[in-house]
Amino acid sequence: MAVSPQDVSRLADLARIELTDQELAELAPQIDVILDAVASVSEVADLDIAPISHAVQQTNVMREDICTPSFAPEAMLAGAPAVVEQRFRVPRIIDDSNAQ
Amino acid sequence: MTTDIYRADALELGRRIAAGEQSSVEITQAFLDQIDAVEPQVHAFLSVDHHGALEQAAAVDARRAAGEDLPSPLAGVPVAVKDLLCYRNLPTTAGSRILEGWRSPYDATVVRKMLEAGLVILGKTNLDEFACGGSTETSGFGPTRNPWDLDRIPGGSSGGSVAAIAAWEAPLAIGTDTGGSIRQPAAMTGTVGVKPTYGAVSRYGIIAMASSLDQCGPCARTVADAAALHEIIAGYDPADSTSLDVAVPAVLSAARNGDVSGMRIGVVTELGGEGYAPGVEQRFAETLDLLAKAGAEIVEVSCPHFEQAMATYYLIMPSEMSSNLARYDAMRYGLRVGDDARHSAEQVMRATRGQGFGAEVKRRIILGTYALSAGYYDAYYGSAQKMRTLIARDVEAAFQQADVLVSPVAPTTAYRLGEKVDDPLAMYKGDLCTIPSNLAGLAAGSFPCGLDPNDGLPVGFQVMAPVLGDDRVYRVGAALERELRAQWGGPLLAKAPALAGSKLKGDSK
Repeated sequence: MAVSPQDVSRLADLARIELTDQELAELAPQIDVILDAVASVSEVADLDIAPISHAVQQTNVMREDICTPSFAPEAMLAGAPAVVEQRFRVPRIIDDSNAQ
Repeated sequence: MTTDIYRADALELGRRIAAGEQSSVEITQAFLDQIDAVEPQVHAFLSVDHHGALEQAAAVDARRAAGEDLPSPLAGVPVAVKDLLCYRNLPTTAGSRILEGWRSPYDATVVRKMLEAGLVILGKTNLDEFACGGSTETSGFGPTRNPWDLDRIPGGSSGGSVAAIAAWEAPLAIGTDTGGSIRQPAAMTGTVGVKPTYGAVSRYGIIAMASSLDQCGPCARTVADAAALHEIIAGYDPADSTSLDVAVPAVLSAARNGDVSGMRIGVVTELGGEGYAPGVEQRFAETLDLLAKAGAEIVEVSCPHFEQAMATYYLIMPSEMSSNLARYDAMRYGLRVGDDARHSAEQVMRATRGQGFGAEVKRRIILGTYALSAGYYDAYYGSAQKMRTLIARDVEAAFQQADVLVSPVAPTTAYRLGEKVDDPLAMYKGDLCTIPSNLAGLAAGSFPCGLDPNDGLPVGFQVMAPVLGDDRVYRVGAALERELRAQWGGPLLAKAPALAGSKLKGDSK
């Protein structure tokens, strides 16, 4: 089960990370080695064992439905990469298919 | 006079401040001076708050002068904070270029609690990027060096926090531990570090890596100092839904007691043998003998599924991490690349994450994305969650036979910078002994137990206790500290070589 640079490219696409060809070539064999090392867990894949997501028993927590002060807009926008009219300015959301 | 400040325990500094024997300003200034003197070599800090720290110190001194009771035994004592915790006074970067210069609009609960307790925040310490690593080499701002040997790593990911303590730049520090990130660096620098029970310390305002494993804890030079800091930062927090609504175990009194007579100490068979440095195993065995002499009963326990702990961890952690780091999307905070009116939001997002994340973070995001992707989920992530159940059952069975479980903290002492950067798997193996506690939510600590006779570098002894049995960790740690110091004639850190320019220089023989 060798992971190819093309496989890594597809995963990077799902994870929204642009990787250079060199990064893809370096990552593929590394991911391959790591996956080999962790593959042993799949021996329990078909066993009837309850999976756990947290070690300590978790119960859902509710809070009182009380209004509390929010942060000032200026405080929230202070770290924004771009601001316009007291809002986050984002790049256009429709891709130009030619620019892909 | 100032040497006296550096070598003093944090609790002793707190006592002097409360008694009016020494001011918090004088003490804080001494640590700032040491930071200025040795930082060019060690690089433990990403930011230092000279002005803010002295202001906080002066406020404590003023309260004492006005006759007020100080809010905690550590009021006026300086602390260094891992740069994974939000703190309004300084940038919060997580060691990543993607957050370079970002300032949080709020304080983490742990930071708030420390400020309320009168602690003085010196600065933010270096870490592996988003806490991803075991050497502090993956920091986007350059590595931290081990004060014992500047060519070596201080461990990680809380490498900056422990290095600050070992280099006498701070008497206390805050670290976080997802798979060993407090304990392994503590071991590699001859300092004390404890990962509390999962949920014991609030994660609110701590940048998330793997939410079901992350836990914040104290770093210190002595067991009692760590316990005192633990009591300040622990406790229920409604702002963290995984926070445990229970009383904080009495860890400081356990640290002062240190009585292990009659305690059953379980040596985990699977955490030793092949792959462990002979010097590490030697110090571990000698320390066990000391505990037996102090009245503990040593038993051997087996946790067969610990053999699968690393595989389990390196699936669960990247899966959770890849989800958590999806929030760095270049829209509301942090770096934004390629915003030129031509590229779309999604293209900007890809470019920003490609440029802003370092190699190890990308590696883990890719790995997590793989483990969670359709067709592989059951075989990888699903199986890892089942294996986690088996590991938790092993631990439960082991605690039927023993009150605490013990092992070395890491298979080896600190390695050289650059030695493992291109071999991720070799680096991951450094977490073998520490991972099970995170998977099972246990309390666990690392305590200095000597120098490896082959390389002269510190070795750590790990103590693991059941969920909410944190006091047992400190009890055993205190016993070790007492017995070992009697042998050494003082703390292990006294054996560390003096750094050039160090303010302690006049004192080193």
